[in-house]
Amino acid sequence: MTTIVEKHKKLERNVTFLGLAAFAAVTVGGIVEIAPLFWIDNTIEKVDGMRPYTPLEQAGRDIYVREGCYTCHSQMIRPFRDEVERYGHYSLAAESMYDHPFQWGSKRTGPDLARVGNRYSDEWHVQHLKDPRAVVPESIMPTYAHLAEHDLDMGDMTATLRTLYQIGVPYSQDDIAKANDDLKTQADPNADAADLQKRYPKAQARDFDGDPKRLTEMDALVAYLQMMGTLVDVNAPAAQEALAKEKGR
Amino acid sequence: MVTALSRSSLWLVSLLIAVVACAAAVDTGFAIHMLIVALACIIGLIVTLRGVDLSKAILAPDQGRYDDDPIRWGVIATVFWGMAGFLAGLFIALQLALPVLNLGFEWTAFGRVRPLHTSAVIFAFGGNALIATSFYVVQRTCRARLAFPGLARFVFWGYQLFIVLAATGYLLGITQGKEYAEPEWYVDLWLTVVWVAYLAVFVGTLVKRKEPHIYVANWFYLSFIITVAMLHIVNNLNWPVSFVGSRSYPIFAGVQGALVQWWYGHNAVGFFLTAGFLAMMYYFVPKQAERPVFSYRLSIIHFWALIFLYIWAGPHHLHYTALPDWAQTLGMVFSVMLWMPSWGGMINGLMTLNGAWDKVRTDPIIRMMVMALAFYGMSTFEGPMMSIKSVNSLSHYTDWTIGHVHSGALGWNGMITFASIYYLVPRLWNQPRLYSLRMVNWHFWLATVGIVFYAASMWVAGITQGLMWREYGADGYLVNSFVETVAALKPMFFLRAFGGLLYLAGAVVMTVNVWRTILGHSRVEAPMRDAPYDPEKDRPVVAAAPAAA
Repeated sequence: MTTIVEKHKKLERNVTFLGLAAFAAVTVGGIVEIAPLFWIDNTIEKVDGMRPYTPLEQAGRDIYVREGCYTCHSQMIRPFRDEVERYGHYSLAAESMYDHPFQWGSKRTGPDLARVGNRYSDEWHVQHLKDPRAVVPESIMPTYAHLAEHDLDMGDMTATLRTLYQIGVPYSQDDIAKANDDLKTQADPNADAADLQKRYPKAQARDFDGDPKRLTEMDALVAYLQMMGTLVDVNAPAAQEALAKEKGR
Repeated sequence: MVTALSRSSLWLVSLLIAVVACAAAVDTGFAIHMLIVALACIIGLIVTLRGVDLSKAILAPDQGRYDDDPIRWGVIATVFWGMAGFLAGLFIALQLALPVLNLGFEWTAFGRVRPLHTSAVIFAFGGNALIATSFYVVQRTCRARLAFPGLARFVFWGYQLFIVLAATGYLLGITQGKEYAEPEWYVDLWLTVVWVAYLAVFVGTLVKRKEPHIYVANWFYLSFIITVAMLHIVNNLNWPVSFVGSRSYPIFAGVQGALVQWWYGHNAVGFFLTAGFLAMMYYFVPKQAERPVFSYRLSIIHFWALIFLYIWAGPHHLHYTALPDWAQTLGMVFSVMLWMPSWGGMINGLMTLNGAWDKVRTDPIIRMMVMALAFYGMSTFEGPMMSIKSVNSLSHYTDWTIGHVHSGALGWNGMITFASIYYLVPRLWNQPRLYSLRMVNWHFWLATVGIVFYAASMWVAGITQGLMWREYGADGYLVNSFVETVAALKPMFFLRAFGGLLYLAGAVVMTVNVWRTILGHSRVEAPMRDAPYDPEKDRPVVAAAPAAA
């Protein structure tokens, strides 16, 4: 033991050695755990159906982040019988591959939302967001009536999509150029959404907030909620095969 | 030499940049933030122009004294932000019990105030305590004045600007959406600048030291500063949508984003709230107890083991998620191993009181320190236990986690900070003693009982909810709807808020005590320790006089 103490004297008499040794000690764990995730190919199994968010969904997601929804809602269903029965098939890594930032959450003061899409009607969501206790009397969620009052303005969607493209989300140049139009088209019941839906399969285009004349923050948030977990058909044979290969669970 | 003129022009240029950025802003939040920066520049400019000559304190200081101005400001800031953070915590605790308290405004909803609470207590209260105590301790243990006194002042005021920008940003809805790393890209960049300055002041002072050895508290401070810099930079690698806008997107997505975030998040606990506060423990406990640190060897072993192992533990926040299983298991194993070096710190602190245990009875500051170490020991046992996958399957996503965090934060970080403040205030303001030692005692009991209410109610709430979620009836169906599990927690949410109220009340007592001490007042009160004395009994036994003589 005295040798440890003696040897340590070298370190504790020299700021540079002490600082470098401490830095070396704290880097090892991070490198071993994080670095492999970027090249081991079983981190994310490719599954059919995953696509980047439409501009309207992405705007809704930005509102979700802005309001801090992640402080009470998770987006990560664990592979337990009760969770799968309550929320749906457990979450796959691929399902959040375009999530900047990830919103898995750490607390369920409210229920998980990973597969909330298409489970409730638009009217229910609007009603619930405006006054949660009107539809769920015991709810402790804050009211978000202001979303329906604010016109949607999450900035230039072309700039948003281009930024996401630059950090790896595979938007096409077409997607980026048409972003601001796509935003309006998806929530406009009178617009032709065929081109949008060709570029973004399974995109739901309609008026979401019950006020077809206006494009509000409520439109965007409900559009986002209604698509959550709907892209991958987890029961399709191909998806099941991919699931079987996803290591670790 | 920095003249008043060159300093004024520096302020003016910064002001100009802030105003231009404000005018060009693509969103209101960014505009408001640039306005705040401009305001800070104007204050700096006025202070410079009014001839408050900082250069005397900075350039021609009294070399015979330690440089304590930034520490005095830091102690006041710690108390102020502590009050703000605890109040925000009580507010959101009440929101969960009474949702009407969300008030219907977008700025006051739980989702926006919760990051305000966590950042105010961790980064504003804890961060100021760490910066102030590290500047105090590094000077005393090196027997040298702070290196770069101008930079030290920049660290203090720059850090306050970071806090103001972060806090106002949350209420305005400016957030990255990553827990404990919510500030947006430009606030992150600013914090990086401040942090590098902090490292320079700290290391510079170590280099100037007149003692051959670097004291153990400084190992912890140094590793805390270095590691937090690394974590902060990697976890905040974002790309802004516009350079004059507040929104940015992290370059990591999904699984990688989650692991980087919890590598950051867990080590914010490990290095900000553990290593840094252990450094405080290693200086203030021996000083207050007037005993040397129990074991030098133990401090070497547990220091290196602690900083090496902590970094691996992050994946335990992602058990049973889409993170690869090997990473989860690795995180669990290292979390369990982490129990030992953590207790090494607790044992070294508690055993330092060997031969001075009577002070637990007589000195409420020592009592606070002992309680802090006891809570440190408890939560560093609870943590490894909760990181075991099967336990975590029940505890994760529930209030058990919240209870665990608060037994550490209120019990360990809060108590050791309060004790350090009580140690520092009379010394920094040249007062013979605190205004009132009995008020320290009141603070101790209010805080302790508050923590008991808090932790116990959250354990019950967490386990209740975890069990209700997975409860199956004889018919093979889930018994409870989600909202039934929410309704079941209501009484627990009230008890938690009551615990928070007691803790806040204790902090109010401290604020009064610190304030009166700074003003130089002394409360007339009976001392905490006193051997009983009854003059009536202080007499010889006199034999009864004979009846007749």
